[in-house]
Amino acid sequence: MDLRTTYMGMELKHPIVASSSPLAGSVANIKRLEDAGASAVVLFSLFEEQLKHDSAAMEHLMTAGTESFAESLSYFPEVDDYTVGPDTYLDLLRRSSAAVDIPVIGSLNGITNTGWIEYAQLMQQAGARGIELNIYYIPADLTTSGREVEDRYLDIVKAVKAAVTVPVAVKLSPFFSAIGSMAKSLDDAGADALVLFNRFYQPDFDLDRLEVAPNLQLSTPDEIRLPLLWIAVLYGKLRASLGATRGVHTPIEVVKYLMAGADAVMTTSALLKNGVNYLSTLRDGLKTWMEIHQYESVAQMKGSMSQQNVADPTAFERANYIKTLESYKGNYA
Amino acid sequence: MTERQVTTIDGNEAAAYVAYRVNEVCTIYPITPSSTMAELADQWSAEGVKNIWGTVPLVMEMQSEGGAAGAAHGALQTGALTTTFTASQGLMLMIPNMYKIAGELTSAVFHVAARSLATQGLSIFGDHQDVMAVRPTGFCLLASNSVQEAHDMALIAQAATLEARVPFIHFFDGFRTSHEVNKLTLLTDDEIRAMIPDDLVLAHRARALNPDRPFIRGTAQNPDTYFQSRETVNPFYAKVPGIVQAAMDKFAGITGRRYNLFDYFGDPAAERVIVIMGSGAEAACETAAYLNQRGEKVGVLQVHLYLPLSASHFLAALPTSVKSIAVLDRTKEPGATGEPMYMDVVNTLFEAQATGTLPMAILPRVIGGRYGLSSKEFTPAMVKAVFDELRKDQPKNHFTVGITDDVTFTSLEVDSNFIIESDQVVRAMFFGLGADGTVGANKNSIKIIGDDPEFYAQGYFVYDSKKSGSQTVSHLRFGPDPIRSSYLVQSANFIGCHQFNFLDRGDVLKRAAQGAIVLLNTSPHEPEEAWDRLPRPVQDEVIAKKLEVYGINAEKVARDNGMGTRINTIMQTCFFAISKVLPRDKAIEKIKYSIKKTYTRKGDEVVKKNFEAVDNTLINLRKIAVPATATSTRRLPPIVPAGAPDFVQKVTAMMMAGRGDELPVSALPIDGTYPSATTQWEKRNISTFVPIWEPNICIQCGNCSMVCPHGVIRSKFYHDASLEKAPAAFKHAPIDARGFPDIRYTLQVYLEDCTGCGLCVEVCPAKSKEQTGRKAINMAIKEPVLEAERANIGFFETLPEVDRGRVDFSTVRGVQFLPPLFEFSGACAGCGETPYVKLLSQLFGDRLLVANATGCSSIYGGNLPTTPWAVNHEGRGPAWSNSLFEDNAEFGLGFRLTADKHLGYAQELLRALADKIGADLVDDLINAEQITETDIRRQRGRLAELKQRLSEIADPRARQLLAVVDQMVRRSVWIVGGDGWAYDIGSSGVDHVLSTGRDVNILVMDTEVYSNTGGQMSKSTPMGAVAKFAAAGKQVGKKDIAMQAVSYGNVYVARIALGANPQQALLAFREAEAYDGPALILAYSHCIAHGINMQRGLDQQHLAVESGHWPLFRYNPAVRESNENPFILDSPRPKIPLKKYAYNEMRYKVLAHTNPQEAEHLMDLAQQAINRRWTMYEDMAARSGDTFHPKFKP
Repeated sequence: MDLRTTYMGMELKHPIVASSSPLAGSVANIKRLEDAGASAVVLFSLFEEQLKHDSAAMEHLMTAGTESFAESLSYFPEVDDYTVGPDTYLDLLRRSSAAVDIPVIGSLNGITNTGWIEYAQLMQQAGARGIELNIYYIPADLTTSGREVEDRYLDIVKAVKAAVTVPVAVKLSPFFSAIGSMAKSLDDAGADALVLFNRFYQPDFDLDRLEVAPNLQLSTPDEIRLPLLWIAVLYGKLRASLGATRGVHTPIEVVKYLMAGADAVMTTSALLKNGVNYLSTLRDGLKTWMEIHQYESVAQMKGSMSQQNVADPTAFERANYIKTLESYKGNYA
Repeated sequence: MTERQVTTIDGNEAAAYVAYRVNEVCTIYPITPSSTMAELADQWSAEGVKNIWGTVPLVMEMQSEGGAAGAAHGALQTGALTTTFTASQGLMLMIPNMYKIAGELTSAVFHVAARSLATQGLSIFGDHQDVMAVRPTGFCLLASNSVQEAHDMALIAQAATLEARVPFIHFFDGFRTSHEVNKLTLLTDDEIRAMIPDDLVLAHRARALNPDRPFIRGTAQNPDTYFQSRETVNPFYAKVPGIVQAAMDKFAGITGRRYNLFDYFGDPAAERVIVIMGSGAEAACETAAYLNQRGEKVGVLQVHLYLPLSASHFLAALPTSVKSIAVLDRTKEPGATGEPMYMDVVNTLFEAQATGTLPMAILPRVIGGRYGLSSKEFTPAMVKAVFDELRKDQPKNHFTVGITDDVTFTSLEVDSNFIIESDQVVRAMFFGLGADGTVGANKNSIKIIGDDPEFYAQGYFVYDSKKSGSQTVSHLRFGPDPIRSSYLVQSANFIGCHQFNFLDRGDVLKRAAQGAIVLLNTSPHEPEEAWDRLPRPVQDEVIAKKLEVYGINAEKVARDNGMGTRINTIMQTCFFAISKVLPRDKAIEKIKYSIKKTYTRKGDEVVKKNFEAVDNTLINLRKIAVPATATSTRRLPPIVPAGAPDFVQKVTAMMMAGRGDELPVSALPIDGTYPSATTQWEKRNISTFVPIWEPNICIQCGNCSMVCPHGVIRSKFYHDASLEKAPAAFKHAPIDARGFPDIRYTLQVYLEDCTGCGLCVEVCPAKSKEQTGRKAINMAIKEPVLEAERANIGFFETLPEVDRGRVDFSTVRGVQFLPPLFEFSGACAGCGETPYVKLLSQLFGDRLLVANATGCSSIYGGNLPTTPWAVNHEGRGPAWSNSLFEDNAEFGLGFRLTADKHLGYAQELLRALADKIGADLVDDLINAEQITETDIRRQRGRLAELKQRLSEIADPRARQLLAVVDQMVRRSVWIVGGDGWAYDIGSSGVDHVLSTGRDVNILVMDTEVYSNTGGQMSKSTPMGAVAKFAAAGKQVGKKDIAMQAVSYGNVYVARIALGANPQQALLAFREAEAYDGPALILAYSHCIAHGINMQRGLDQQHLAVESGHWPLFRYNPAVRESNENPFILDSPRPKIPLKKYAYNEMRYKVLAHTNPQEAEHLMDLAQQAINRRWTMYEDMAARSGDTFHPKFKP
């Protein structure tokens, strides 16, 4: 059985990729992911904002109260090799790329134009086989228009593409008025893959403390619906590969994503919940499913239920909406 | 030979640079001002810097200087080239070993940043009292007078000790040299190697203890041979001067820098000569040169090798023309016939005359004088005063210079207008805040200019006595020749005032030269508005001195460029733009280069932002037009209010105004006794943001008041009739308690004393229903409410103090009504220690005796000019003293011994006089319980009655009784200090005092690091944390001294963290105090040395407890009376991993960045240790009472 797939121009031995998460935070863990059968690993994101914050915090906290009192002109030893820059990240990238055979993809979350370009180049130099741009932007400013947001995405992709030679993926949010058009524009701008969709930080309220509280929740299988829809719609219409992420908890979701048209299927929550070795369960489950259903290859499955390949293409559009409501009524009314 | 490098560094680094390279072992312990030498040695060792033999020296921190000397002795005896660095009391602790090291003819150099000794008061500043106190030990004394010499003599001393086999103290003046930044030529490793012959090193090793060729050294000797043995060393000491001179000659051959045992400067035919050593010699030489040019026949003899003093070299160095000599000693030996160097010179001349070797025809007249104690300035004017004195027919002997002695009239008159600053030199003074980066920017400017081959540069920095909101004054000189002016800038041709409000306080322009350039940060005003806002005297001075004034709204420029409040780059740019030290374009280019160097690692954006700030600075810098006549009518505000006590008006206020130097001897207390409660007169107004109370949201819980480190949040409840005369803006609310409809509550913030730390806001649990971001106390800008709040505070103080009998001492809510008798200290904003000290003062202040170990708490508790220990409305309050660092537990035990003895004596006298006093009163006085506040009140009543009756009794025993009778009110003895004291230097004292069973309470405010000396590792520093002396992360866990104390069985022990559980902390204080035996409280104290946002200090305390790093418990032996388990765990099982607490702190985070693998390893070990300890604690808490030590009553 042929599980091979091509993602961002790279041939992977199967489509299940360990996505950007804290799991990929050390060489040992990345090695474990490879041993468990991951076909590629996307490192956790390098947050330019975090680097800047850390740098400022270090400067502030290590110099607070210094040069004020004659007995304690400083409070810390002079540390020359203290790095709050990307060195730690790049070092991990370098060491993990050397330690494993599978492709290691760097993930970058920038805030400035220079940051996007500089860090992407550094990642390439450190051995990243590809770069995933995790563009995280909440346009809380009410004067920012949708067009401006879109331009911002496109500018970043163009700039990074011009600066590196390795393939570049864009992990994007579903909050565009016209995702299809946006996907096309990103494709035109040179993106080698689109990863649908990233999960925004959506804060919760702590009612005991009356504070806004960060509250990270793992995805649920239900969450595959939105990416599934758009992968199915986009399949076959773009040059870029399609990566699916969100809600992969069992081999069934892997199958669905592949049938919608994904070139690679990414998972984090399932691994965080079940451990790294669950990767092999997913892979073996995919294989078993294909055996039972007599599929010969992933290539055969890929896009088989995409919009262009299903019997009723309108099933993905408004008609589908009506049907859903009707079925709801039928079941429970 | 490698190329010589020129650099600008301070004296400590200059000396340590050499000491590190010529030794194999450094045993270290922090003490100001020498700590930097030890820190650098430790840092270099951690970085793998090698000595001249290609190996990395081993650096070992010890528990005290005594320990450092002991370890040095051991390392030397076993053949390692060994050094140590110290000062002051540290050197005193080394004395016993120094006798041994010298007696055994051991080659070693100890490097000392010479400092005052603690006498009537502690002083961290420089003089020669410490080195003079070790004269009899057998160590030679070699003095360095400048930063370059501190570098060079360190090597000469090492070369000489190896040759001579006699140990050396190499010393230089604390602060004046140790902390002066100056340009020097660094010795290359080849040059150093050339001075240290391998044969001598091998000989040193060959003398070592070695079981392969055994001998014993360190025998006990008897009357038959000890004396003769003591004389065996004479030939070695006799050779020392020759050896040192030979080393100096060799050094000159290698480096071109020539030194002699005694270096003479001045007119070869001088008639008047000053003999002096240390940094003062530099000022003396400079003055002599100036006077020589004006025809005066004067000279200066600089002493380098003071001990052993070579008469022949000394006499040869003196011009034969000399008629009178003044020997200046930077020390004081009360009761001596003269200070030591004076006595030595007199003796040398006298012996020379007696033996016919005097080179002069007539024995010169010799006078001796004291100068410069505790870094007192020693200026050319003072040098001239001494030369002038020497001209007199009857010069004053045993004089002082630099002070006004109006008691024994020792002082010389000094003409303060005698200033000899060279016009070739740019003399700049900068007034800044510790927090605004002024000093850092100036150090950078010195580097920039010092790196220019055409310039020499010097920098010296003066800090004030507070740790928060402190003022810094930088004194910088730049010129074409080496700068030897070892005194503050006296006449500045550039003055930078980086905080506009300083112009209202000190004499910023006092030292401005005629026509000087003045740069003002005019924030919050625009430069155009600045002139009209200057007080009249400042305007007058600007006009009279024809000062050229420039201004910039630096904070605005900083803000506009996204640099927050950091104005350092902006002010530095202005300095270069207008000072003309360097051509403007060249200067700006150099600043930008420096910015690029500093910030490149932080990213291009940061560099760009700083570049933009530089450019915008130049655009926003304005010359301020100075009119011909002053326009302002505003006078300078008084230093202290008119209502302040006489002493505060006459003495304290002078110190506060920076004019303490002008106080004559008669103004100062004779024995170091100062009045309490003086911080209240120093309204420092250091924070722009202050907390504002919202009565409608407040639940009156008292948390804010409890955690306020500075005692600025006070609460009172009172009858609503008291509000009749309240100002309109006075805030109040009905008291939150049922059944008291007429009672009002007020929480008053003393805004002018607030440091703006924000802990009160963080801890406040009450939030507005409508706006959850709004609490019952919120930070706001002070200025708009200041006037109204001043009136409110005035009114608040007229409200009656709450009756202590009506206060619930057992709750945080109740304690807020007890006025703090520790207020407005100069501790860091948001200090984690002071809330404990304040709580102590609230609970037991009116009968409290405090013995305070040297450290942060003795500094914020007792550093002049103003001190925070206060008195209550009855005139009672804590009696406080600091003895030393190492002896505090013993010192405090002494308080208890007096209390116990005098109480016993008082009881004996009471019984003896019972017939006359009245048996009932005597019985009550002796037997009444004194546990609650009501008990104490009643006993005070009885005491008043007793005193009344005693005054009418003629029996002489009544007088005796009156002298000790105050002890009848139970004294609360507290021994207070930090972990450096309790875990390290004072550990054996703490242990012994706990073992005595006496009723003392030890409060250890545990910051897990030496905070006061700048963050060195203690035995309390946790595993994995980075500290000075543990740059690579601490490898072992902290000592559990709580369990050590528990092991005695009869010691009350508590581990508390106010931020995690204030109620438990309060309970522990009260139980410890009530317990009739020794008690130990370990109080978690977050600290600026942890590298945390101090505003989140309480959260960190909480996480420390939640993670199990700091489990809360009480071990109360009193519980054994009822056969219960005395070990009570007060915190739940750890809920979060250690990491979650630790990685909020830079002390842990640094290692995670520099060495992630090691950090992970240590964090893992630390977590395991926490788990194991918790299991042990849980086990102890679950045992039955009878498995513990039985109740023991001393």
